[in-house]
Amino acid sequence: MGNIWVHAETSDGIVSSITLELLAKARELGEVTVFHAGADAEQAAGELGGHGATRILTTGDLDNGLPGPALAAAVAAKATEESPSAILFGTTYGGRDVAGRLSVKMDAPVITNIVDLLDDDGLTGVEPVFGGATNVKTRFTGETPGIFLIRPKSFNAESAGGGAAAVETLTIPDLGATGSAKVTNRFVEESDGPKLDEAGIVVSGGRGLGEADNFQMIEDLAGKLGGAAGASRAIVDAGWVPYSYQVGQTGKVVKPDVYIAAGISGATQHMVGMKGSKTIIAINKDPEAPIFSIADLGIVGDVHKVLPALLEAIGE
Amino acid sequence: MKVAVCVKQIPDPADPGAINPETRTLNRDVKLILDESDSYGVEMALQLVGEDGEVVLISMVPNNERNGLNNALAMGADSAILVSDDALSGSDALSTAKVLAAAIQRTEPDLVLAATESSDGYTGTVPEQVAELLGLPSVTFAKEVTVDSGNVAVKRQTEDGYDEVDCPLPALVSVTAGVVEPRYPSFKGIMAAKSKPVEELSLSDLGIETSTVGWAGGRQEIVSIEPAPEREAGEIIEDEGDGYERIVTFLQEMKVI
Repeated sequence: MGNIWVHAETSDGIVSSITLELLAKARELGEVTVFHAGADAEQAAGELGGHGATRILTTGDLDNGLPGPALAAAVAAKATEESPSAILFGTTYGGRDVAGRLSVKMDAPVITNIVDLLDDDGLTGVEPVFGGATNVKTRFTGETPGIFLIRPKSFNAESAGGGAAAVETLTIPDLGATGSAKVTNRFVEESDGPKLDEAGIVVSGGRGLGEADNFQMIEDLAGKLGGAAGASRAIVDAGWVPYSYQVGQTGKVVKPDVYIAAGISGATQHMVGMKGSKTIIAINKDPEAPIFSIADLGIVGDVHKVLPALLEAIGE
Repeated sequence: MKVAVCVKQIPDPADPGAINPETRTLNRDVKLILDESDSYGVEMALQLVGEDGEVVLISMVPNNERNGLNNALAMGADSAILVSDDALSGSDALSTAKVLAAAIQRTEPDLVLAATESSDGYTGTVPEQVAELLGLPSVTFAKEVTVDSGNVAVKRQTEDGYDEVDCPLPALVSVTAGVVEPRYPSFKGIMAAKSKPVEELSLSDLGIETSTVGWAGGRQEIVSIEPAPEREAGEIIEDEGDGYERIVTFLQEMKVI
């Protein structure tokens, strides 16, 4: 398959889980180079190498600039020299920025929302549509390397036991105005429980909760079960909870052991983000709600009665 | 201040229709509506420009549909550019960005707003592609936006929280859902929308070769469309006051409690 380039996302030298997932697939397909923005490439070299990358191309410190323009311009220049056969990104905030800019720099299309990659007469991406009811397989026909944006949790991260990857610094071309956005402050929103996309148990609420204050029941239940709270798009749009809570096509993809959907009807938008859960419990007053078609246990009932009773039964 | 807002007209997500087996694309020969995701950008633009500014909508369709655009005009946008051309059918994200960028360039805005992604295609790459094509800086996934003396300040969603980002204008910002509360068009707004200028352009008006957009521009082929393996429904029970007990038992069996 040749050379596969993978966008590596790190934070203080720790490699993000989606990058490790992509590396597990990439090393099956060919020789793996990662590209990276930030000052921590040396720190991350051991972990990236251990997961199959032989080389890290890095911009180094960007002096609080956003990674999109700089990394895309530097990688486009390097890719023109080396012609990798495919370039893989995770569907993250940063990944989409770099992929979008890179596609313009290289005049190369992007195939998005991929959940699997097949080496089938050219690299082929599998994309679920209609809430995961249908799979579409797409491959590139052009001359440029294929750019793929891959959804989180598509592959299982696993160490391959390799040595540290070699670090090589990229030259950043002049960015003009595109490089002028600067981060002035970073805020980490502390939460007591596990992260939404890493939690073993996720409790999500939707419009069936009736009003914003009732979301507290979702938080309470998630807290008692040691899980994370999530939300449907409807209540994020309504401003009840921030976007970071959203589970679905336009939010986080979760695959917990247990997913509890309370007052969520199961729009395709939501289902695509959670139907990979190991088990699903749904509570909804509408017996026709689509969520029941994928639930292992469905309770047709009023969340305002079921949730308080459940909270009391579980106790502390 | 002049703000250009990218808006997409999409099939109603509640009834998205089907994939046309011949073209292997979503059938869009249905009534199109304003993508709800874009109503946040329109509202944000209206709030940012205030009384003296101008809000221009930018949209593209293969079939000169205006229903969704009229909705955004009724909310209060001043005018619209609609790129309508048969050759746009099957356009991917990069082709879409090329067309939108060319249309935006004609209006010379101070700020370009877009949703983070559309509700039907949801590639989430178009805003950044438009910014790169226009040579603009960009801040994506904004959850709060303020403009002050030639500068835009954004709270940008991150995996762990948010970043505060400063960026000189002109710039592009993509906004997340819920960033503002979109207004409902008033009766007066709906009536006024009918007389607002909508400039309809073809690809040749924009100097874009038809071979660089649409199906040809995508440089990709759909190999197959297959039903995904189905997940089977389990036990569905009517709550008669004991529904919570079933959940407790289930959680115990899963060793969660």
